[in-house]
Amino acid sequence: MRTIEVGLPTKQPSTLKSSQFHLAKKSVKRHWQLYLLIFLPVLYFIVFKYIPISNAVIAFKEYNVVQGIWGSQWVGFANFQAFFSNPVFWTLLQNTFFLSLYSIVVGFPIPIILALCLNEIRQGFFKRTVQMVTYAPYFISTVVMVSMIILLLSPRLGIINQAIGVFGISSVDFLGNPDMFRHIYVWSDIWQTAGYAAVIYLAALAGIDPTLYEAAKVDGASRFQKIIHVDLPGIMPTAAIILVLGVGNIMAVGFEKAYLLQNPLNLSNSEIISTYVYKTGLLNADYSLATAVGLFNSVINLTLLLMVNSFIKRISGNGLW
Amino acid sequence: MLGIQARKSNQVKSNRVKESIGDRIFLGGIYLFLLLLLVIILFPLIYIVSSSFSSALAVSSGRVFLFPVEFSLRGYEVALSNPQIVTGYANSLFYTFFGTIISVTLTIAIAYPLSRRTFYGRNILMAFLVFTMLFNGGLIPTYLVVKTLGMLDTRWALLIPAAMGVWQIIIARTFFQSSIPDELAEAAELDGCGDLRFLWSVVLPLSKPIIAVLILMYAIFQWNSYFDALIYLKSTELYPLQLVLRGILILNTTASGSMDAQTMLERQQMADLLKYSLIVVSSLPVLIIYPFVQRYFTKGILIGAVKG
Repeated sequence: MRTIEVGLPTKQPSTLKSSQFHLAKKSVKRHWQLYLLIFLPVLYFIVFKYIPISNAVIAFKEYNVVQGIWGSQWVGFANFQAFFSNPVFWTLLQNTFFLSLYSIVVGFPIPIILALCLNEIRQGFFKRTVQMVTYAPYFISTVVMVSMIILLLSPRLGIINQAIGVFGISSVDFLGNPDMFRHIYVWSDIWQTAGYAAVIYLAALAGIDPTLYEAAKVDGASRFQKIIHVDLPGIMPTAAIILVLGVGNIMAVGFEKAYLLQNPLNLSNSEIISTYVYKTGLLNADYSLATAVGLFNSVINLTLLLMVNSFIKRISGNGLW
Repeated sequence: MLGIQARKSNQVKSNRVKESIGDRIFLGGIYLFLLLLLVIILFPLIYIVSSSFSSALAVSSGRVFLFPVEFSLRGYEVALSNPQIVTGYANSLFYTFFGTIISVTLTIAIAYPLSRRTFYGRNILMAFLVFTMLFNGGLIPTYLVVKTLGMLDTRWALLIPAAMGVWQIIIARTFFQSSIPDELAEAAELDGCGDLRFLWSVVLPLSKPIIAVLILMYAIFQWNSYFDALIYLKSTELYPLQLVLRGILILNTTASGSMDAQTMLERQQMADLLKYSLIVVSSLPVLIIYPFVQRYFTKGILIGAVKG
């Protein structure tokens, strides 16, 4: 493949086409078994990923079950207009954005700090234990995670309320308070994923050239200076990519946890785009509106990701692709 | 990686001899910080497990702190005698077992061809896959596909629509690319060994680590997910454990009827205890395989990171 790409500019377009065709024919003949092998997976992606994209036209239609996706009447941007003029629009946008921003601002540095700390201490029982324990919560399911939050924060017998009760503070209904929602969401997420996220930084730290440490030692650098001048630059490329992904997905807050943490009392802060799509689409069966909202969100996301990626590319020379 | 870590720990050791006071205080601070972190993460876990082994009364009067109070297995007895939970457990085992087989098979079936340099069209195919990571039709359009296929409210809805992850394909492809040399495939080809036979009798036996990574990733995903079940399933007898748990733990659906205050209170206490036991029971399978998970998941992340 590579040699062909290099040879591209010098060849005439027509011979290029025929040589490409020739190559394809040769490859199919040689690897026909592999082409057979990819049939089912490709079919899977067409059916479950690409057909849904074409189904998304119902965002521009007034979908009804009888006429189906393609038979339903076109309505242009009516569904989008209905969503934009709905007072819930700005609330959703803000809730989604702030929840995500908060997650990044806190969730980005903490795994780095954890990895840097773990990297400082000697290999041994304590280090292994810390790694094992911090990594474990990642594998707790969302349902169980949210149940734990509810149990621990319960105003009736949650341990947190009992603990603050000792200091004479009356029990607080954390989950019933809209202002607490973001804190609960973000910090429980950190509790659950910091150890997992640190693994990638630990790998990056292990890949740092040992001679740099030697040099730092010769220069009489303290541990802290070594972290600042050797460790941090060493993990910078990894951190940049993770930050790009985070910022690029800022509007794509997952449905699962937010939905389970919701209750009628905290809805003013906990209703985000994905939970709204679920409710309008599947609970109220307004397929077209829900698809429009989802599509709007996907487009914003894609735009953001492309923008952030090209920005990073311009300053550092390599982005995600 | 291990080699590097070992080298690093040697380095630290040789450093320690002439470590300054500032450095020692700094290191002490780090130990303290990590210890605090350990406590913050461990405490809720220990609290939940201890509560699950306590008596209903001790739990609902808030007497459990670190160790089980009035040790009892009552919570587990109630959990395991609840038909809903038992069905959910069996369903989840079913979904996890068959879902993982389907997922791993399909993933390898596309990842291996993608790893072959002489496979024409691999770049286009890769772009075709990666695009679905960046853009998707959304919840309702996907739901409509599942509906059209007649999968709604059948077991298929949990096995097929979320069968493959692009990320897993990339990890597997990267592994094949870096561990199966092209020369090996070419040599086999010269000897008249077809691609499928080569995959089956050479590539797969050499790829046990990546197969383990894929199995664990898909199995844990399948065991822990509830969203697809929530949107695609109506019949409670098909519910996976996570959805049953959601009903009991989060929506608090406990069978109620006319009963006197005493039974009511006991029932409430039992319901509280049941939650703790359920959390433990449902996490048990993942806990059992955790040692493997820790080893292989890390490996998976690192292979994926090479690409990223």
